[in-house]
Amino acid sequence: MTSFWTLFQKEVLRFWKVGFQTVAAPVLTAMLYLLIFSHVLESHVRVHDVPYTAFLVPGLVMMSVLQNAFANSSSSLIQSKVTGSIVFVLLPPISYRAFGAAYVLAAVMRGVVVGLGVLAATSLFAPSLQFAAPLWIVLFALMGGAMLGTLGVIAGIWADKFDQLAAFQNFLIMPLTFLSGVFYSIHSLPPFWQMVSHFNPVFYMIDGFRFGFFGVSDVSPWRSLVVSAGCLAALAAFTLALLKRGYKLRN
Amino acid sequence: MSCPAIRISGVAKRFGAVRALDGIDLDIAQGEFFGLLGPNGAGKTTLISSMSGLARADAGSIEVMGHDVQSNYRAARRLLGVVPQELVFDPFFSVRETLRIQSGYFGIRKNDDWIDEILHNLDLTSKADANMRMLSGGMKRRVLVAQALVHKPPVIVLDEPTAGVDVELRQTLWRFIRRLNAEGHTVVLTTHYLEEAEALCGRIAMLKQGRIVALDTTANLLRRFSAHTLHLRLAPGDELPVSLAVRAQRNEDRWSLPFEHYADIEPVLAVLREGGCTLEDMEIDKLDLEDVFVKVMQA
Repeated sequence: MTSFWTLFQKEVLRFWKVGFQTVAAPVLTAMLYLLIFSHVLESHVRVHDVPYTAFLVPGLVMMSVLQNAFANSSSSLIQSKVTGSIVFVLLPPISYRAFGAAYVLAAVMRGVVVGLGVLAATSLFAPSLQFAAPLWIVLFALMGGAMLGTLGVIAGIWADKFDQLAAFQNFLIMPLTFLSGVFYSIHSLPPFWQMVSHFNPVFYMIDGFRFGFFGVSDVSPWRSLVVSAGCLAALAAFTLALLKRGYKLRN
Repeated sequence: MSCPAIRISGVAKRFGAVRALDGIDLDIAQGEFFGLLGPNGAGKTTLISSMSGLARADAGSIEVMGHDVQSNYRAARRLLGVVPQELVFDPFFSVRETLRIQSGYFGIRKNDDWIDEILHNLDLTSKADANMRMLSGGMKRRVLVAQALVHKPPVIVLDEPTAGVDVELRQTLWRFIRRLNAEGHTVVLTTHYLEEAEALCGRIAMLKQGRIVALDTTANLLRRFSAHTLHLRLAPGDELPVSLAVRAQRNEDRWSLPFEHYADIEPVLAVLREGGCTLEDMEIDKLDLEDVFVKVMQA
């Protein structure tokens, strides 16, 4: 257990020591999204009878949680693989389960810290923001962070170079998060794209998360919970299989 | 009877078409100072990686103090301290943070007393709070050694620990490692500095193309290759007696005679005295491990 906590603490320290880059910068980015989109759309759009700026806040918070959780585990792994310092965690008697759990938990931590920062900053511009069902908010934030943190572990293990990781991030993670209903309700889409959105697991994360704020959502939060939990379980099982085999780590 | 510190049985490893390890069998007893020598690409680092879990052997088994490195990997890794060959470091942390974190990975929460002792013995105390990025290459190498020792492993593996480092570090390092060996720690060393291996190792294995081509005590390896040469220069006009000349080589006015033991020198001198020869100069050329290494690799 000590080895797990040490690895977790080390991963948290790693991003905290460069907090300007890993926490402050994504908060600023989310603020800019909010300022620009709300300036253009606030007076024209209401979603689920919620003012657009307030509607946008949970989406931006969740997007920040997801992207930063992914960035934390993936960048830590690729960096230590490329520099060779990965040996420091491969030589000690850390079980593969503890190894995976520590990276994912640290990724959740960064996602949540950034998410709280974004929430604190953006909620100033959305006085009508509600917290209808806080437990759903916490549940989906943790689950979303864990899912993308797990995906980050997979990407970090798989990638041999920084550009491979960038491709994973730009061509998979970014489209999945941007096309998940962060900026819109999928009911505003044509039927075909509504149907496509239902195959995006990130959509359920954001929709369930938003339900926690307003008590309304595109699909039932229970359905979002089942889909999100299923995806997380599948990704976690896959990650553990990779770690147990030592894929691209112990060769 | 205690189990060996390391038992390697039929270990093989391929990288594509290359056989990095080709059926290695080797026992290293507890408390030994053991040398693993070989040219680049001989398989030394692959063998160490297989011992430490950084790579998986395709065949065979490796045990550390009786624990299989695959099926009982956590117990095996707890007993092993490895200094990797590459100069790697985590740029986010200071030296002390690095050592505390490494202790935690091995399940040790409060380790500051031992960390202080390691820092002192490796002349790192003044750098304890310096960030790893700020250290010179030699200092980083010392931290790598310290990281391998945080959990007081009974088996210490040093993969070319003195590559490219100054004399001071070598002396500091070997003083500390010798002390640990005297206290009962088993030490396995790979190095290209053969004088280090000769001075430190009680037993040596030489690897070539993934196979062990020589395995013996350092003394026996040195003895095996007909030991020493006696160089003689006689006064002008003197001729070496025939009984000696038949087994000597002449190079201008210098004669070279191979001999095995120092006791063999006196009979040679007696023959010279009986033959009325005047000795102007005499030199003994002692075979060192480097000569043995070259002969074994050329065989």
